[in-house]
Amino acid sequence: MIRLQAESIDVAELIDAVRDPAAGAAVQFLGTVRSPDLGRRVVRLEYEAYEPMAIAELERLVQATTQRHVTARVAVVHRLGPVIPGEISVAIAVSAAHRAEAFAACQLIIDELKLRVPIWKREVFEDGANWVEGSSTREA
Amino acid sequence: MDVLFFASLADRAGRKAARVDLPSGADVEALWQRLLVEYPGLRLVGQRPMVACDLQYAAWDRRLDDVREVAFVPPVSGG
Repeated sequence: MIRLQAESIDVAELIDAVRDPAAGAAVQFLGTVRSPDLGRRVVRLEYEAYEPMAIAELERLVQATTQRHVTARVAVVHRLGPVIPGEISVAIAVSAAHRAEAFAACQLIIDELKLRVPIWKREVFEDGANWVEGSSTREA
Repeated sequence: MDVLFFASLADRAGRKAARVDLPSGADVEALWQRLLVEYPGLRLVGQRPMVACDLQYAAWDRRLDDVREVAFVPPVSGG
């Protein structure tokens, strides 16, 4: 399951999508909008995507991940448009036979997503807004 | 071919899309030089953006004869 959507993310749906009787571990990563950022109150983030390529890159990424972590099943959903503090912007659910693979696969996907997938966020503050460019090392 | 701009690049270009006709044999670099003339706001871009041809990242010396859609993308910030 790989999706971009404007609506709120239903994490239970992702968990169901990767449910597997052969899996002994299920891991979820939730990227959430935080406020403040560098001392400024964040009103919202706005996500824009090059949608067909974002889907293509996510598919390539999931394929590379499951080739490397062979028992892993993966679901990824990313929001588009406005997302407010406290809400989930991206959710990744992984199931795998054992926890080492589940954690590793989940980490690989979020790390690579933040480097390659053509999605951008714009931070909207009370007194201005700016595009965030590049993966911010302070978020790691 | 169709050219797409995203995020801050779209702000600089003043638009999200453009149609450009290039001579045979032109590469991404040649396309970018043409765009700098048509949309001079792009000259303010600090570092060269990344480029994608038909939904795949490409090198700047990639020839465009068989390409339908080129996108110039600033450093990504998903997640």
